[in-house]
Amino acid sequence: MNESPAYFDEMLQPDGGPRGPYAQYYDWLRKEEPGRLLEKSAEAEALFRLTGITFNVYGDPSEAERLIPFDVIPRIIAGREWVKVTKGIEQRVRALNAFLHDIYHRQEIVRAGRVPAHMIARNAAFLPQMIGVTPPGGIYTHIVGTDLVRTGPDEFFVLEDNARTPSGVSYMLENRETMLHMFPELFSKVKVQSVSQYPRSLRRSLSACAPQACEGRPTVAVLTPGIYNSAYYEHAFLADQMGAELVEGHDLRVVNGRVAMRTTEGYKPIDVLYRRIDDDYIDPLNFNPDSMLGVPGIMDVYRAGGITLANAPGTGIADDKAIYSYMPEIIEFYTGEKAILNNVPTHRCSEPEALKYVLDNLADLVVKEVHGSGGYGMLVGPAASKAELATFRAKLAANPDHYIAQPTLALSTVPILTDAGLAPRHVDLRPYVLVSPDRIEITPGGLTRVALTEGSLVVNSSQGGGTKDTWVLEE
Amino acid sequence: MRLKIHHQTTYHYDSPVPYGLQQLRLRPKSREGQEVLHWDIAVAGGKLEVCYEDEHANTVDLVSFDPGQTEISITCSGEVEVTDNHGVVGRQKGFVPLWLYERSTALTQAGDGIKALVAGLTRGETDLATLHALSAHILAMVPYSTDQAASDLTVEQAIAAGHAVCQDHAHIFISAARQMGFPARYVSGYLMMDDRVMQDASHAWAEAHVPGLGWVGFDVSNGISPDARYVRVATALDYRGAAPISGMRFGKGAESMNVSLQVQQQ
Amino acid sequence: MLGKTAGGLFWMFRYLERSENTARMIDAGLRISLTRSSAAESEWTSILHATGLQAGYLQRYSTYTGDQVIDYLLRDETNPGSVRAVVEAARNDARLVRTALTREVWEAVNECYMVLKDALAHPISDRDLPRILQMIRQRSAFVRGALHGTMLRNEMYDFARIGTFFERADNTARILDVKYYILLPSVMHVGTPTDNVQWETILRATSAVRAYQTLHDGEVDPKSIAKFLMLDRRLPRSLAFCYGKIQDNLGYLETDYGVRHPCHDLAARICKRFATYDVDAIFDYGLHEFISDFLKDSAALGQQIEIDYRFIE
Repeated sequence: MNESPAYFDEMLQPDGGPRGPYAQYYDWLRKEEPGRLLEKSAEAEALFRLTGITFNVYGDPSEAERLIPFDVIPRIIAGREWVKVTKGIEQRVRALNAFLHDIYHRQEIVRAGRVPAHMIARNAAFLPQMIGVTPPGGIYTHIVGTDLVRTGPDEFFVLEDNARTPSGVSYMLENRETMLHMFPELFSKVKVQSVSQYPRSLRRSLSACAPQACEGRPTVAVLTPGIYNSAYYEHAFLADQMGAELVEGHDLRVVNGRVAMRTTEGYKPIDVLYRRIDDDYIDPLNFNPDSMLGVPGIMDVYRAGGITLANAPGTGIADDKAIYSYMPEIIEFYTGEKAILNNVPTHRCSEPEALKYVLDNLADLVVKEVHGSGGYGMLVGPAASKAELATFRAKLAANPDHYIAQPTLALSTVPILTDAGLAPRHVDLRPYVLVSPDRIEITPGGLTRVALTEGSLVVNSSQGGGTKDTWVLEE
Repeated sequence: MRLKIHHQTTYHYDSPVPYGLQQLRLRPKSREGQEVLHWDIAVAGGKLEVCYEDEHANTVDLVSFDPGQTEISITCSGEVEVTDNHGVVGRQKGFVPLWLYERSTALTQAGDGIKALVAGLTRGETDLATLHALSAHILAMVPYSTDQAASDLTVEQAIAAGHAVCQDHAHIFISAARQMGFPARYVSGYLMMDDRVMQDASHAWAEAHVPGLGWVGFDVSNGISPDARYVRVATALDYRGAAPISGMRFGKGAESMNVSLQVQQQ
Repeated sequence: MLGKTAGGLFWMFRYLERSENTARMIDAGLRISLTRSSAAESEWTSILHATGLQAGYLQRYSTYTGDQVIDYLLRDETNPGSVRAVVEAARNDARLVRTALTREVWEAVNECYMVLKDALAHPISDRDLPRILQMIRQRSAFVRGALHGTMLRNEMYDFARIGTFFERADNTARILDVKYYILLPSVMHVGTPTDNVQWETILRATSAVRAYQTLHDGEVDPKSIAKFLMLDRRLPRSLAFCYGKIQDNLGYLETDYGVRHPCHDLAARICKRFATYDVDAIFDYGLHEFISDFLKDSAALGQQIEIDYRFIE
């Protein structure tokens, strides 16, 4: 009768009644006028536009500033469910940091034969300049965004570990603000764990990793590529919320052995720089000499202990999609425990047998570029046309090393509000993790991304995805 | 052999430099076969910002220009005691995995020229003999000449030019050795030429990693392995990583450089 | 506080002030062309002169008609000084200095941009023009209101205010520079209806018609207009008023930072001139010369502030 696979819907059970975590919300929702919700939806959009929560779309000058669509139906997770997720994430993030330290020092995991040397040796994300460098506080990934998908009541998979500069946390915070503004009465009915402490925690977490050279209260700054960057809003937002300066490369210089910012009263040293610029562009003296965004000499100061960079350079080796396939081994090697959260089974196309399997089953698989991000250069087999499949077949044959493939997961759905009422759509979840020497903090919830097109599994904002407020209930 | 070295590099700029940085890799280290008795770096027209050890264990000094300078001058002076180890430097130390030295770089990317050169090589009975043969083969195919010396050539450009200086020779050797499966690296340093005190420029050669022996040096331009007249200062995957001075500056205008180098036996 | 942020605040408020000044000048030009069509062309010419945009205009057009000038000043895509462009520049500066602004100020300038971008997307019909000119003035005023109501009185506020008054004084001086000759005592002009209209343009372009009439019992004479616009500290667009404010705000910075810079001396020197010269002395010295001197000193002050507070390196 129904040919499409049965997806796990997080709100509604097959019998039409709500699942436990949604019971109170559903009770409220049933009594709401659909028309009022649609009005609220429009109101939210106007609010986002006024606040300026927009992002720039690359290669589309006609629409330089776009809103990420916001859906007013929250995604709700029970406190109990969340506890298990956080344990899994914590374990994973610990392993990531241990892996990074090891890879840039003795490479025990390679010596032990658990990760093949060529996975590191041939990896462009391995940064030789970090060899032998131990960052202040021993932390490499101060901020991590772990992308999760859910396929059933107890089944969570990690899709990727964003260990470079995960973005989107401003949406998590603004989505909550917007919901509080529009539906204040709801929050007195349903007890939702707060997310608003994130900027304070971020500041604390960064300050806890101040470098040796720091004297007194650490000066924290956010380094942005500038107002034309797609995530500029977020950079300004976080700096503002943390009470940190928002700086660009040309505001900074090496002064007295430190990286210092040009203030109205002269140059002032920065202790911790939350940088939202990729490794390659951060220092034209040490990396890409054509970069206009970076700070010449910042790597020299970093290596001499004069500044903390968050995240550390070279963390890309840990969230590389090919390395991802080794995460279960990596977790076991460094923590001595089995991974709590599942990895998605991953075919490394660099291996001839895997490549053959992938080419034979292309229409059922998701193929990702190893170094790609944001859904560019990705193939979703079941949704692809014959021509798209043929194009990818050729790409795979030409450069198998550049790709991995995974089965298409039956991503869970949560209803969104449409003109015709509620309709289920696939979602993922990016919780935000803060790592400091004495603790790992995971903000309850995170950013739920939702594929707005019916049946679509692609949630990326650059590919027509939207967002939802994510509620973790108090127990 | 005790070598006394005095090395001064002066940059002159047409117009004042508002801001500039230079990375110096100019501090030799005590190690097997080489003992640094004393070593000083003095900077005129600039100041030392930070000092650290890079991934290849080179000591790096970061120098900033004094604002508005038209001249900056870096003077190294010191004494180094060197013993002749026939070019053998020893086993790989530190955290750098050997495979890193098999990575090609923009300057050492092997193309048809290198491949042809390797194909035309007659191998020796041992790895060491093969590498010595490689060194001789390179010198024969691409003779030493300072005519029209351009800096920052890639190996393929140097082979196409048909002649080379020490930097190009080192690069060609590194690229070819990596092609043949040997980890290889670039060395910048000093060489005391026997017939003179005033040397033309600082020197460069190559090292390859030979199983059993560790790192062994090859000075292609002079057709020998480094002896007691050679002072190792910095190593890296190629010239760019081991350059004695590399920098950037703001402001327009041309620059000129003047080097004075004395290496003499004490 | 970053030097770049200080510069961004200074320029953000200069641009906002400029947008409303341009709207005022168009309003004045419109009034003349409605009442005295024969004078219209020369009126639009002098307005373009006063905005400093004449050269760009002449690359685009060879004649001066109201429609062309208005379109050029409000929305022409080739004109970097159009209201549309300066509002966008103000908003870009606001994004740059977002962390220095309150949410209210940011939202006011963002909304100013969104509303005006929309309003100026298509050519403006004669019928809509008054409404749109009013909208431009009003949107700028909303931002100013948010600034007054929500910002801490600290260095950030000071730089925003310095930008506002710097631009305003510059604007008043430019209008006087273009129009000074009709304020000169000349037998030919006295009492003729032409001049009443001309004088009124000057007052209208500085939003000072009513204020002037109230204070001068309806008597219109050129010297008192000149005096009013240059020396009267009751008028918020007079040179003396604006420079008093610039000096005050620079003074707050001096106290805050505990450093006196060359720009403080320069501002003091300019202010002293308004205190020592009365209007007769100005006419004696030469109205044109006095204003030219002022414009030159003002430009120098702008540069000095930029250096002293490290807007750029």
